[in-house]
Amino acid sequence: MKHKWLIPWFFLAPALGTLLLFFFLPVLASLLMSFSDFDIYALGNLSRARWNGLENYGRLLHDPLFWKALGNTVYFVLAGGPLTILAALLAAIGLNSRQLMLRDWFRLGYFTPVITSLVAVAVVWRYLYHPRFGLFNYLLSFAGVGPVNWLGDPVWAMPALILLAVWKNFGYYMMIFLAGLQTIPDYLYEAARLDGAGWWGQFRHVTLPQLAPTTFFVTLMTIIGYFQFFAEPYVMTQGGPVNSTLSVVFYLYQQGFRWWRMGYASSIAFMLFFIIFLLAMLQMAARRRQEAA
Amino acid sequence: MSARNDGIAPRTKRGAATGEGGLTAFRRRHGRLMARIGLHTLMLLGLAVTLLPFWWMVMASFMPGGEASTFPPRFWPSRWSTEHYATLWERLQIGRFFLNSLILAGGVTLVSLLVNSLAGYAFAKFAFRGRKAIFSLLLTSLVIPGQVTMLPVFLMLKQMGLLNSYFGIIIPGMASIFGIFLIRQYLQGVPDSLIEAARIDGAGELRIYWTIILPLAKPILVTLALFTFMGTWNDFLWPLIVLNRQEMYTLPVAIANLMGEHAPDPELMMAGAVVTILPILLLFLALQKYYIQGILMGGLKE
Repeated sequence: MKHKWLIPWFFLAPALGTLLLFFFLPVLASLLMSFSDFDIYALGNLSRARWNGLENYGRLLHDPLFWKALGNTVYFVLAGGPLTILAALLAAIGLNSRQLMLRDWFRLGYFTPVITSLVAVAVVWRYLYHPRFGLFNYLLSFAGVGPVNWLGDPVWAMPALILLAVWKNFGYYMMIFLAGLQTIPDYLYEAARLDGAGWWGQFRHVTLPQLAPTTFFVTLMTIIGYFQFFAEPYVMTQGGPVNSTLSVVFYLYQQGFRWWRMGYASSIAFMLFFIIFLLAMLQMAARRRQEAA
Repeated sequence: MSARNDGIAPRTKRGAATGEGGLTAFRRRHGRLMARIGLHTLMLLGLAVTLLPFWWMVMASFMPGGEASTFPPRFWPSRWSTEHYATLWERLQIGRFFLNSLILAGGVTLVSLLVNSLAGYAFAKFAFRGRKAIFSLLLTSLVIPGQVTMLPVFLMLKQMGLLNSYFGIIIPGMASIFGIFLIRQYLQGVPDSLIEAARIDGAGELRIYWTIILPLAKPILVTLALFTFMGTWNDFLWPLIVLNRQEMYTLPVAIANLMGEHAPDPELMMAGAVVTILPILLLFLALQKYYIQGILMGGLKE
Protein backbone atom coordinates (compact mmCIF):
# COMPACT_ATOMS: atom_id res chain seq x y z
CA MET A 1 0.00 0.00 0.00
CA LYS A 2 1.57 3.18 -1.22
CA HIS A 3 -0.82 5.76 0.13
CA LYS A 4 -1.46 4.38 3.54
CA TRP A 5 -1.77 7.82 5.12
CA LEU A 6 -4.80 8.46 2.93
CA ILE A 7 -6.91 5.74 4.54
CA PRO A 8 -8.13 7.64 7.64
CA TRP A 9 -8.91 10.68 5.52
CA PHE A 10 -10.98 8.52 3.26
CA PHE A 11 -12.99 7.38 6.29
CA LEU A 12 -13.26 10.92 7.61
CA ALA A 13 -14.12 12.66 4.35
CA PRO A 14 -17.94 12.20 4.34
CA ALA A 15 -18.36 13.40 7.93
CA LEU A 16 -15.86 16.26 7.82
CA GLY A 17 -17.11 17.34 4.40
CA THR A 18 -20.69 17.50 5.63
CA LEU A 19 -19.72 19.33 8.81
CA LEU A 20 -17.60 21.79 6.88
CA LEU A 21 -20.32 22.53 4.36
CA PHE A 22 -23.35 22.53 6.64
CA PHE A 23 -21.88 23.61 9.94
CA PHE A 24 -18.53 25.39 9.97
CA LEU A 25 -18.94 27.46 6.81
CA PRO A 26 -22.51 28.45 7.78
CA VAL A 27 -21.24 29.66 11.16
CA LEU A 28 -18.86 31.99 9.31
CA ALA A 29 -21.51 32.92 6.75
CA SER A 30 -23.91 33.73 9.55
CA LEU A 31 -21.32 35.96 11.18
CA LEU A 32 -20.80 37.80 7.89
CA MET A 33 -24.54 38.10 7.35
CA SER A 34 -24.92 39.67 10.76
CA PHE A 35 -22.76 42.56 9.46
CA SER A 36 -25.06 43.10 6.47
CA ASP A 37 -28.57 44.29 5.72
CA PHE A 38 -29.49 40.97 4.09
CA ASP A 39 -33.29 41.11 3.65
CA ILE A 40 -36.10 39.94 1.39
CA TYR A 41 -34.68 41.82 -1.60
CA ALA A 42 -31.29 40.22 -1.16
CA LEU A 43 -33.06 36.87 -1.00
CA GLY A 44 -34.05 37.34 -4.65
CA ASN A 45 -30.83 38.96 -5.72
CA LEU A 46 -27.75 38.56 -3.60
CA SER A 47 -26.14 41.76 -4.86
CA ARG A 48 -28.82 43.77 -3.08
CA ALA A 49 -27.19 42.98 0.27
CA ARG A 50 -24.93 45.70 1.66
CA TRP A 51 -22.42 45.69 4.49
CA ASN A 52 -23.58 47.71 7.39
CA GLY A 53 -20.94 46.95 9.97
CA LEU A 54 -22.21 46.75 13.50
CA GLU A 55 -25.52 48.41 12.72
CA ASN A 56 -27.58 45.26 13.37
CA TYR A 57 -26.05 44.81 16.78
CA GLY A 58 -26.57 48.47 17.60
CA ARG A 59 -30.20 48.23 16.58
CA LEU A 60 -30.60 45.02 18.55
CA LEU A 61 -29.43 46.69 21.73
CA HIS A 62 -32.10 49.37 21.26
CA ASP A 63 -34.83 46.96 20.18
CA PRO A 64 -37.42 46.74 22.98
CA LEU A 65 -38.80 43.49 21.53
CA PHE A 66 -35.40 41.85 21.69
CA TRP A 67 -35.02 42.87 25.32
CA LYS A 68 -38.51 41.62 26.00
CA ALA A 69 -37.63 38.28 24.37
CA LEU A 70 -34.36 38.07 26.27
CA GLY A 71 -36.09 38.90 29.54
CA ASN A 72 -38.71 36.22 28.91
CA THR A 73 -36.03 33.71 28.04
CA VAL A 74 -34.05 34.47 31.19
CA TYR A 75 -37.27 34.11 33.19
CA PHE A 76 -37.86 30.73 31.54
CA VAL A 77 -34.31 29.58 32.29
CA LEU A 78 -34.16 30.91 35.86
CA ALA A 79 -37.54 29.53 36.91
CA GLY A 80 -37.74 26.44 34.71
CA GLY A 81 -34.15 25.31 35.21
CA PRO A 82 -34.13 25.00 39.02
CA LEU A 83 -37.67 23.56 39.06
CA THR A 84 -36.69 20.92 36.51
CA ILE A 85 -33.55 20.02 38.43
CA LEU A 86 -35.45 19.87 41.72
CA ALA A 87 -38.17 17.64 40.27
CA ALA A 88 -35.51 15.43 38.67
CA LEU A 89 -33.56 15.14 41.91
CA LEU A 90 -36.62 14.32 44.01
CA ALA A 91 -37.82 11.71 41.53
CA ALA A 92 -34.35 10.18 41.37
CA ILE A 93 -34.07 9.98 45.17
CA GLY A 94 -37.46 8.32 45.34
CA LEU A 95 -36.54 5.87 42.61
CA ASN A 96 -33.22 5.10 44.27
CA SER A 97 -34.86 4.07 47.54
CA ARG A 98 -34.54 0.38 48.29
CA GLN A 99 -37.98 0.52 49.85
CA LEU A 100 -39.63 1.27 46.51
CA MET A 101 -41.39 -1.50 44.68
CA LEU A 102 -41.95 -1.76 40.94
CA ARG A 103 -39.09 0.65 40.47
CA ASP A 104 -38.73 -0.02 36.75
CA TRP A 105 -42.36 0.88 36.16
CA PHE A 106 -42.09 4.13 38.04
CA ARG A 107 -38.95 4.99 36.14
CA LEU A 108 -40.59 4.25 32.82
CA GLY A 109 -43.65 6.32 33.72
CA TYR A 110 -41.65 9.34 34.81
CA PHE A 111 -39.50 9.11 31.73
CA THR A 112 -42.32 8.93 29.18
CA PRO A 113 -42.73 12.70 28.61
CA VAL A 114 -39.07 12.96 27.57
CA ILE A 115 -39.39 10.85 24.44
CA THR A 116 -42.58 12.44 23.16
CA SER A 117 -42.77 15.14 20.53
CA LEU A 118 -42.79 18.56 22.16
CA VAL A 119 -45.26 19.83 19.59
CA ALA A 120 -47.70 17.01 20.29
CA VAL A 121 -47.61 17.46 24.06
CA ALA A 122 -47.79 21.24 23.74
CA VAL A 123 -51.01 20.73 21.78
CA VAL A 124 -52.32 18.48 24.55
CA TRP A 125 -51.39 20.96 27.26
CA ARG A 126 -53.01 23.80 25.39
CA TYR A 127 -56.32 22.09 26.02
CA LEU A 128 -55.46 21.16 29.59
CA TYR A 129 -54.93 24.90 30.17
CA HIS A 130 -58.29 25.83 28.64
CA PRO A 131 -59.83 28.43 31.00
CA ARG A 132 -63.32 26.91 30.89
CA PHE A 133 -63.01 23.23 29.98
CA GLY A 134 -59.40 22.52 30.91
CA LEU A 135 -58.46 19.81 33.34
CA PHE A 136 -56.09 22.00 35.36
CA ASN A 137 -58.68 24.60 36.24
CA TYR A 138 -61.10 21.80 37.08
CA LEU A 139 -58.61 20.26 39.52
CA LEU A 140 -57.75 23.68 40.96
CA SER A 141 -61.44 24.38 41.58
CA PHE A 142 -61.40 21.67 44.27
CA ALA A 143 -58.83 23.76 46.12
CA GLY A 144 -61.05 26.78 45.68
CA VAL A 145 -58.59 28.40 43.26
CA GLY A 146 -59.25 29.87 39.87
CA PRO A 147 -60.35 29.80 37.21
CA VAL A 148 -56.96 30.90 35.87
CA ASN A 149 -56.79 32.12 32.30
CA TRP A 150 -53.47 30.32 31.82
CA LEU A 151 -52.49 31.11 28.27
CA GLY A 152 -54.54 34.25 27.88
CA ASP A 153 -53.14 36.19 30.82
CA PRO A 154 -49.74 37.85 30.38
CA VAL A 155 -48.91 37.04 34.00
CA TRP A 156 -49.76 33.33 33.79
CA ALA A 157 -48.74 32.46 30.25
CA MET A 158 -45.05 32.11 31.07
CA PRO A 159 -45.56 30.02 34.23
CA ALA A 160 -47.83 27.79 32.14
CA LEU A 161 -45.05 27.21 29.58
CA ILE A 162 -42.53 26.64 32.37
CA LEU A 163 -44.75 24.01 33.97
CA LEU A 164 -45.00 22.20 30.65
CA ALA A 165 -41.23 22.33 30.21
CA VAL A 166 -40.60 20.97 33.70
CA TRP A 167 -43.03 18.11 33.11
CA LYS A 168 -41.54 17.35 29.69
CA ASN A 169 -37.87 17.39 30.72
CA PHE A 170 -37.39 16.36 34.32
CA GLY A 171 -37.33 12.64 33.45
CA TYR A 172 -34.20 13.09 31.39
CA TYR A 173 -32.19 14.64 34.20
CA MET A 174 -33.76 12.19 36.62
CA MET A 175 -31.98 9.40 34.75
CA ILE A 176 -28.66 11.20 35.02
CA PHE A 177 -29.19 11.87 38.75
CA LEU A 178 -30.20 8.27 39.28
CA ALA A 179 -26.96 7.08 37.75
CA GLY A 180 -25.10 9.56 39.95
CA LEU A 181 -26.86 8.37 43.09
CA GLN A 182 -25.99 4.78 42.34
CA THR A 183 -22.28 5.57 42.33
CA ILE A 184 -22.33 6.90 45.91
CA PRO A 185 -20.76 4.18 48.06
CA ASP A 186 -22.82 2.82 50.95
CA TYR A 187 -20.06 3.26 53.52
CA LEU A 188 -20.42 7.04 53.32
CA TYR A 189 -24.02 6.76 54.47
CA GLU A 190 -23.05 4.26 57.16
CA ALA A 191 -20.38 6.62 58.46
CA ALA A 192 -22.88 9.49 58.51
CA ARG A 193 -25.39 7.34 60.40
CA LEU A 194 -22.74 6.45 62.95
CA ASP A 195 -22.14 10.16 63.39
CA GLY A 196 -25.81 10.46 64.22
CA ALA A 197 -26.97 12.00 60.95
CA GLY A 198 -30.67 11.63 60.20
CA TRP A 199 -32.29 11.56 56.78
CA TRP A 200 -31.72 15.27 56.19
CA GLY A 201 -28.15 15.18 57.51
CA GLN A 202 -27.28 12.29 55.23
CA PHE A 203 -28.83 14.13 52.32
CA ARG A 204 -26.98 17.36 53.03
CA HIS A 205 -23.59 15.96 53.91
CA VAL A 206 -23.37 12.89 51.71
CA THR A 207 -25.85 12.95 48.83
CA LEU A 208 -25.55 16.59 47.77
CA PRO A 209 -21.73 16.87 47.81
CA GLN A 210 -21.35 13.50 46.11
CA LEU A 211 -23.80 14.57 43.42
CA ALA A 212 -22.03 17.90 42.78
CA PRO A 213 -20.42 16.89 39.46
CA THR A 214 -23.72 15.49 38.20
CA THR A 215 -25.57 18.61 39.28
CA PHE A 216 -23.03 20.76 37.50
CA PHE A 217 -23.46 18.84 34.26
CA VAL A 218 -27.25 18.86 34.54
CA THR A 219 -27.36 22.59 35.29
CA LEU A 220 -25.24 23.38 32.26
CA MET A 221 -27.40 21.26 30.00
CA THR A 222 -30.65 22.74 31.29
CA ILE A 223 -29.40 26.30 30.83
CA ILE A 224 -28.24 25.66 27.27
CA GLY A 225 -31.38 23.74 26.39
CA TYR A 226 -33.83 26.18 27.94
CA PHE A 227 -32.19 29.19 26.36
CA GLN A 228 -33.31 27.78 23.01
CA PHE A 229 -37.00 27.29 23.81
CA PHE A 230 -39.21 27.77 20.81
CA ALA A 231 -41.87 25.13 20.14
CA GLU A 232 -43.83 25.84 23.34
CA PRO A 233 -44.67 29.45 22.49
CA TYR A 234 -45.02 28.62 18.80
CA VAL A 235 -47.73 26.05 19.42
CA MET A 236 -49.38 27.43 22.54
CA THR A 237 -49.28 31.20 22.51
CA GLN A 238 -47.58 32.46 19.35
CA GLY A 239 -45.46 34.54 21.68
CA GLY A 240 -48.46 36.28 23.23
CA PRO A 241 -50.35 37.58 25.03
CA VAL A 242 -48.71 40.99 24.53
CA ASN A 243 -45.36 39.30 23.84
CA SER A 244 -45.23 37.81 27.32
CA THR A 245 -43.95 34.48 25.94
CA LEU A 246 -41.84 35.75 23.05
CA SER A 247 -38.51 33.89 23.30
CA VAL A 248 -35.17 34.76 21.72
CA VAL A 249 -35.36 31.88 19.25
CA PHE A 250 -38.97 32.70 18.44
CA TYR A 251 -37.95 36.30 17.76
CA LEU A 252 -35.08 35.05 15.59
CA TYR A 253 -37.53 32.86 13.69
CA GLN A 254 -39.96 35.73 13.19
CA GLN A 255 -37.28 38.15 12.01
CA GLY A 256 -35.50 35.62 9.80
CA PHE A 257 -38.21 33.43 8.38
CA ARG A 258 -41.36 35.50 8.63
CA TRP A 259 -40.02 38.94 7.70
CA TRP A 260 -36.88 37.64 5.94
CA ARG A 261 -34.63 40.11 7.74
CA MET A 262 -31.84 37.59 7.66
CA GLY A 263 -29.01 39.97 8.48
CA TYR A 264 -30.80 41.14 11.59
CA ALA A 265 -31.80 37.57 12.49
CA SER A 266 -28.16 36.50 12.23
CA SER A 267 -27.17 39.11 14.76
CA ILE A 268 -29.82 37.69 17.11
CA ALA A 269 -28.39 34.21 16.57
CA PHE A 270 -24.91 35.46 17.49
CA MET A 271 -26.18 37.21 20.59
CA LEU A 272 -27.75 33.91 21.62
CA PHE A 273 -24.49 32.10 20.95
CA PHE A 274 -22.56 34.71 22.88
CA ILE A 275 -24.84 34.45 25.91
CA ILE A 276 -24.79 30.65 25.95
CA PHE A 277 -21.03 30.65 25.55
CA LEU A 278 -20.64 33.13 28.40
CA LEU A 279 -22.88 31.09 30.69
CA ALA A 280 -21.01 27.90 29.88
CA MET A 281 -17.71 29.63 30.68
CA LEU A 282 -19.06 31.06 33.94
CA GLN A 283 -20.35 27.69 34.98
CA MET A 284 -17.00 26.05 34.18
CA ALA A 285 -15.12 28.69 36.16
CA ALA A 286 -17.42 28.27 39.14
CA ARG A 287 -16.90 24.54 38.97
CA ARG A 288 -13.13 24.88 38.87
CA ARG A 289 -13.16 27.16 41.92
CA GLN A 290 -15.38 24.73 43.72
CA GLU A 291 -13.00 21.89 42.97
CA ALA A 292 -9.98 23.90 44.02
CA ALA A 293 -11.60 24.83 47.32
CA MET B 1 -53.42 0.74 42.54
CA SER B 2 -51.96 -2.72 42.73
CA ALA B 3 -48.58 -1.26 43.54
CA ARG B 4 -50.06 0.24 46.68
CA ASN B 5 -51.51 -3.04 47.87
CA ASP B 6 -48.18 -4.67 47.26
CA GLY B 7 -46.63 -1.96 49.41
CA ILE B 8 -48.56 -3.09 52.42
CA ALA B 9 -48.17 -6.81 51.88
CA PRO B 10 -44.71 -7.27 53.52
CA ARG B 11 -46.09 -6.11 56.87
CA THR B 12 -47.85 -9.37 57.52
CA LYS B 13 -44.83 -11.33 56.45
CA ARG B 14 -42.46 -9.47 58.70
CA GLY B 15 -44.95 -9.28 61.52
CA ALA B 16 -45.15 -13.04 61.53
CA ALA B 17 -41.40 -13.37 61.79
CA THR B 18 -41.05 -11.12 64.84
CA GLY B 19 -37.75 -11.87 66.46
CA GLU B 20 -36.93 -8.72 68.38
CA GLY B 21 -40.24 -8.19 70.13
CA GLY B 22 -40.87 -5.34 72.57
CA LEU B 23 -42.51 -1.97 72.17
CA THR B 24 -39.48 -0.07 70.77
CA ALA B 25 -38.99 -2.60 68.02
CA PHE B 26 -42.66 -2.39 67.23
CA ARG B 27 -42.49 1.39 67.05
CA ARG B 28 -39.43 1.34 64.86
CA ARG B 29 -41.02 -1.12 62.49
CA HIS B 30 -44.22 0.87 62.52
CA GLY B 31 -42.31 4.07 61.65
CA ARG B 32 -40.51 2.33 58.86
CA LEU B 33 -43.78 1.06 57.48
CA MET B 34 -45.29 4.53 57.56
CA ALA B 35 -42.24 5.91 55.75
CA ARG B 36 -42.65 3.20 53.17
CA ILE B 37 -46.31 3.95 52.62
CA GLY B 38 -45.49 7.66 52.44
CA LEU B 39 -42.84 7.05 49.80
CA HIS B 40 -45.18 4.99 47.67
CA THR B 41 -47.98 7.51 48.01
CA LEU B 42 -45.74 10.35 46.88
CA MET B 43 -44.30 8.37 44.01
CA LEU B 44 -47.76 7.30 42.85
CA LEU B 45 -48.99 10.87 43.08
CA GLY B 46 -46.06 12.02 40.97
CA LEU B 47 -46.74 9.26 38.49
CA ALA B 48 -50.40 10.22 38.24
CA VAL B 49 -49.48 13.85 37.54
CA THR B 50 -46.92 12.75 34.95
CA LEU B 51 -49.27 10.45 33.12
CA LEU B 52 -52.47 12.48 33.43
CA PRO B 53 -51.91 14.49 30.20
CA PHE B 54 -51.38 11.24 28.26
CA TRP B 55 -54.49 9.71 29.77
CA TRP B 56 -56.59 12.70 28.77
CA MET B 57 -55.02 12.79 25.31
CA VAL B 58 -55.93 9.18 24.56
CA MET B 59 -59.42 9.40 26.07
CA ALA B 60 -60.29 12.68 24.37
CA SER B 61 -59.14 11.30 21.01
CA PHE B 62 -61.90 8.67 21.28
CA MET B 63 -64.65 11.02 22.45
CA PRO B 64 -67.48 11.96 20.12
CA GLY B 65 -67.13 15.51 18.72
CA GLY B 66 -67.65 18.22 21.34
CA GLU B 67 -67.33 15.99 24.37
CA ALA B 68 -63.85 17.19 25.28
CA SER B 69 -65.22 20.74 25.57
CA THR B 70 -67.60 20.18 28.42
CA PHE B 71 -67.59 21.15 32.05
CA PRO B 72 -66.78 19.30 34.21
CA PRO B 73 -64.16 17.63 31.99
CA ARG B 74 -64.73 13.97 31.21
CA PHE B 75 -62.05 11.39 31.93
CA TRP B 76 -63.71 8.73 29.83
CA PRO B 77 -65.62 8.87 26.52
CA SER B 78 -69.39 8.38 26.79
CA ARG B 79 -69.12 6.33 23.63
CA TRP B 80 -65.92 5.14 21.98
CA SER B 81 -65.60 6.84 18.66
CA THR B 82 -62.88 6.51 16.02
CA GLU B 83 -64.34 9.23 13.82
CA HIS B 84 -61.45 11.62 14.46
CA TYR B 85 -58.85 9.10 13.38
CA ALA B 86 -60.96 8.50 10.27
CA THR B 87 -61.12 12.24 9.60
CA LEU B 88 -57.36 12.58 10.00
CA TRP B 89 -56.79 9.72 7.61
CA GLU B 90 -59.40 10.54 4.97
CA ARG B 91 -59.60 14.31 4.92
CA LEU B 92 -56.38 15.56 6.42
CA GLN B 93 -53.74 13.36 4.76
CA ILE B 94 -52.21 12.18 8.01
CA GLY B 95 -50.95 9.09 6.18
CA ARG B 96 -48.80 11.28 3.99
CA PHE B 97 -47.35 13.17 6.97
CA PHE B 98 -46.70 9.90 8.74
CA LEU B 99 -44.85 8.62 5.69
CA ASN B 100 -42.81 11.83 5.46
CA SER B 101 -41.79 11.51 9.09
CA LEU B 102 -40.92 7.86 8.61
CA ILE B 103 -38.84 8.45 5.47
CA LEU B 104 -36.98 11.39 7.00
CA ALA B 105 -36.28 9.77 10.37
CA GLY B 106 -35.29 6.49 8.69
CA GLY B 107 -33.20 8.23 6.04
CA VAL B 108 -31.29 10.46 8.44
CA THR B 109 -30.70 7.50 10.75
CA LEU B 110 -29.29 5.18 8.11
CA VAL B 111 -27.09 7.73 6.38
CA SER B 112 -25.78 9.34 9.56
CA LEU B 113 -25.00 5.97 11.09
CA LEU B 114 -22.78 5.14 8.14
CA VAL B 115 -21.07 8.53 7.98
CA ASN B 116 -20.54 8.87 11.73
CA SER B 117 -19.26 5.35 12.19
CA LEU B 118 -16.70 5.82 9.42
CA ALA B 119 -15.41 8.97 11.09
CA GLY B 120 -15.62 7.58 14.61
CA TYR B 121 -13.56 4.58 13.49
CA ALA B 122 -10.91 6.81 11.96
CA PHE B 123 -10.64 8.91 15.12
CA ALA B 124 -10.46 5.84 17.34
CA LYS B 125 -8.11 3.57 15.42
CA PHE B 126 -5.87 5.51 13.04
CA ALA B 127 -2.94 7.70 13.87
CA PHE B 128 -2.79 10.66 11.53
CA ARG B 129 -1.57 14.16 11.59
CA GLY B 130 -4.07 16.61 13.05
CA ARG B 131 -6.21 13.97 14.70
CA LYS B 132 -6.16 15.56 18.13
CA ALA B 133 -6.59 19.08 16.81
CA ILE B 134 -9.55 18.22 14.61
CA PHE B 135 -11.23 16.19 17.29
CA SER B 136 -10.97 18.90 19.91
CA LEU B 137 -12.17 21.47 17.39
CA LEU B 138 -15.26 19.32 16.88
CA LEU B 139 -15.88 18.95 20.59
CA THR B 140 -15.41 22.66 21.24
CA SER B 141 -17.91 23.59 18.55
CA LEU B 142 -20.62 21.67 20.36
CA VAL B 143 -21.28 24.83 22.31
CA ILE B 144 -22.49 26.59 19.14
CA PRO B 145 -26.29 26.52 19.13
CA GLY B 146 -27.90 25.14 15.99
CA GLN B 147 -29.82 28.37 15.40
CA VAL B 148 -26.60 30.07 14.32
CA THR B 149 -26.30 27.97 11.18
CA MET B 150 -29.99 27.91 10.30
CA LEU B 151 -30.12 30.99 8.13
CA PRO B 152 -27.12 30.29 5.86
CA VAL B 153 -28.00 26.60 5.51
CA PHE B 154 -31.50 27.61 4.51
CA LEU B 155 -30.05 29.90 1.82
CA MET B 156 -27.71 27.16 0.61
CA LEU B 157 -30.53 24.65 0.33
CA LYS B 158 -32.60 27.22 -1.52
CA GLN B 159 -29.73 27.76 -3.95
CA MET B 160 -29.38 24.01 -4.44
CA GLY B 161 -33.12 23.59 -4.96
CA LEU B 162 -33.39 21.30 -1.94
CA LEU B 163 -36.09 23.17 -0.05
CA ASN B 164 -39.21 21.04 0.21
CA SER B 165 -37.30 17.88 -0.54
CA TYR B 166 -36.32 15.03 1.73
CA PHE B 167 -32.67 15.78 0.98
CA GLY B 168 -33.01 19.19 2.58
CA ILE B 169 -33.30 17.39 5.90
CA ILE B 170 -31.18 14.31 5.23
CA ILE B 171 -28.05 15.91 3.78
CA PRO B 172 -27.38 18.48 6.53
CA GLY B 173 -28.17 15.74 9.06
CA MET B 174 -25.64 13.26 7.65
CA ALA B 175 -22.93 13.95 10.19
CA SER B 176 -23.27 14.67 13.88
CA ILE B 177 -20.44 15.54 16.22
CA PHE B 178 -22.10 13.70 19.09
CA GLY B 179 -22.52 10.62 16.96
CA ILE B 180 -18.85 10.64 15.97
CA PHE B 181 -17.87 11.18 19.60
CA LEU B 182 -19.97 8.29 20.90
CA ILE B 183 -18.68 5.84 18.32
CA ARG B 184 -15.10 6.89 18.86
CA GLN B 185 -15.41 6.39 22.62
CA TYR B 186 -16.86 2.96 22.09
CA LEU B 187 -14.35 1.80 19.50
CA GLN B 188 -11.39 2.88 21.60
CA GLY B 189 -12.21 -0.12 23.75
CA VAL B 190 -11.72 -2.52 20.83
CA PRO B 191 -8.26 -4.13 20.90
CA ASP B 192 -5.95 -3.13 18.04
CA SER B 193 -4.82 -6.73 17.68
CA LEU B 194 -8.13 -7.66 16.07
CA ILE B 195 -7.60 -5.14 13.32
CA GLU B 196 -3.91 -5.98 12.93
CA ALA B 197 -4.71 -9.68 12.59
CA ALA B 198 -7.21 -8.96 9.85
CA ARG B 199 -4.65 -6.78 8.03
CA ILE B 200 -2.09 -9.56 8.17
CA ASP B 201 -4.67 -11.89 6.71
CA GLY B 202 -4.82 -9.47 3.80
CA ALA B 203 -8.26 -7.98 4.46
CA GLY B 204 -8.84 -4.58 2.83
CA GLU B 205 -9.52 -1.54 5.00
CA LEU B 206 -13.15 -1.19 3.97
CA ARG B 207 -13.65 -4.88 4.56
CA ILE B 208 -12.24 -4.57 8.07
CA TYR B 209 -14.60 -1.68 8.75
CA TRP B 210 -17.58 -3.55 7.38
CA THR B 211 -17.01 -7.06 8.72
CA ILE B 212 -15.15 -6.44 11.98
CA ILE B 213 -15.75 -2.91 13.24
CA LEU B 214 -19.43 -2.51 12.47
CA PRO B 215 -20.53 -5.79 14.08
CA LEU B 216 -18.43 -5.00 17.15
CA ALA B 217 -19.97 -1.56 17.43
CA LYS B 218 -23.50 -2.89 17.24
CA PRO B 219 -24.65 -1.83 20.74
CA ILE B 220 -23.53 1.76 20.30
CA LEU B 221 -24.95 1.82 16.78
CA VAL B 222 -28.36 0.75 18.06
CA THR B 223 -28.22 3.44 20.75
CA LEU B 224 -27.24 6.08 18.25
CA ALA B 225 -29.83 4.92 15.73
CA LEU B 226 -32.53 5.18 18.37
CA PHE B 227 -31.50 8.71 19.37
CA THR B 228 -31.23 9.86 15.79
CA PHE B 229 -34.55 8.37 14.75
CA MET B 230 -36.42 9.81 17.71
CA GLY B 231 -34.69 13.16 17.46
CA THR B 232 -35.51 13.50 13.77
CA TRP B 233 -39.08 12.32 14.25
CA ASN B 234 -39.69 14.87 17.01
CA ASP B 235 -37.71 17.72 15.47
CA PHE B 236 -39.75 20.80 14.77
CA LEU B 237 -37.92 24.03 13.99
CA TRP B 238 -35.81 22.79 11.08
CA PRO B 239 -38.55 20.90 9.19
CA LEU B 240 -40.82 23.89 9.81
CA ILE B 241 -38.33 26.05 7.93
CA VAL B 242 -37.23 23.67 5.17
CA LEU B 243 -40.52 21.92 4.41
CA ASN B 244 -43.18 24.54 3.87
CA ARG B 245 -45.21 22.81 1.17
CA GLN B 246 -48.03 20.91 2.77
CA GLU B 247 -47.37 17.56 1.09
CA MET B 248 -43.86 17.59 2.61
CA TYR B 249 -44.92 18.26 6.22
CA THR B 250 -43.70 15.96 8.96
CA LEU B 251 -46.15 15.01 11.72
CA PRO B 252 -45.10 17.70 14.23
CA VAL B 253 -45.25 20.42 11.56
CA ALA B 254 -48.61 19.13 10.35
CA ILE B 255 -50.00 19.02 13.90
CA ALA B 256 -48.80 22.54 14.66
CA ASN B 257 -50.42 23.67 11.44
CA LEU B 258 -53.69 21.84 12.09
CA MET B 259 -53.84 23.67 15.39
CA GLY B 260 -54.42 26.86 13.40
CA GLU B 261 -57.62 25.66 11.70
CA HIS B 262 -58.84 23.00 14.09
CA ALA B 263 -58.23 24.56 17.50
CA PRO B 264 -61.97 24.22 18.34
CA ASP B 265 -61.79 20.42 17.75
CA PRO B 266 -59.80 19.06 20.71
CA GLU B 267 -60.85 15.47 19.95
CA LEU B 268 -59.37 15.69 16.47
CA MET B 269 -56.20 17.37 17.71
CA MET B 270 -55.76 14.70 20.39
CA ALA B 271 -56.05 11.98 17.76
CA GLY B 272 -53.28 13.76 15.86
CA ALA B 273 -51.13 13.92 18.98
CA VAL B 274 -51.64 10.19 19.58
CA VAL B 275 -50.54 9.37 16.03
CA THR B 276 -47.42 11.52 16.50
CA ILE B 277 -46.45 10.08 19.88
CA LEU B 278 -47.40 6.43 19.60
CA PRO B 279 -44.77 5.15 17.11
CA ILE B 280 -41.94 6.71 19.12
CA LEU B 281 -43.34 5.38 22.37
CA LEU B 282 -43.47 1.85 20.98
CA LEU B 283 -39.97 2.12 19.58
CA PHE B 284 -38.72 3.37 22.93
CA LEU B 285 -40.45 0.59 24.85
CA ALA B 286 -38.85 -2.00 22.60
CA LEU B 287 -35.35 -0.57 22.89
CA GLN B 288 -35.31 1.38 26.17
CA LYS B 289 -32.21 -0.36 27.46
CA TYR B 290 -30.16 1.13 24.62
CA TYR B 291 -31.71 4.55 25.05
CA ILE B 292 -30.80 4.75 28.71
CA GLN B 293 -27.26 3.65 27.95
CA GLY B 294 -27.05 6.52 25.49
CA ILE B 295 -28.10 9.08 28.10
CA LEU B 296 -25.46 7.82 30.48
CA MET B 297 -22.67 7.60 27.92
CA GLY B 298 -22.70 11.11 26.62
CA GLY B 299 -25.60 12.78 28.27
CA LEU B 300 -26.52 13.42 24.68
CA LYS B 301 -29.85 14.96 24.01
CA GLU B 302 -32.05 14.20 21.01
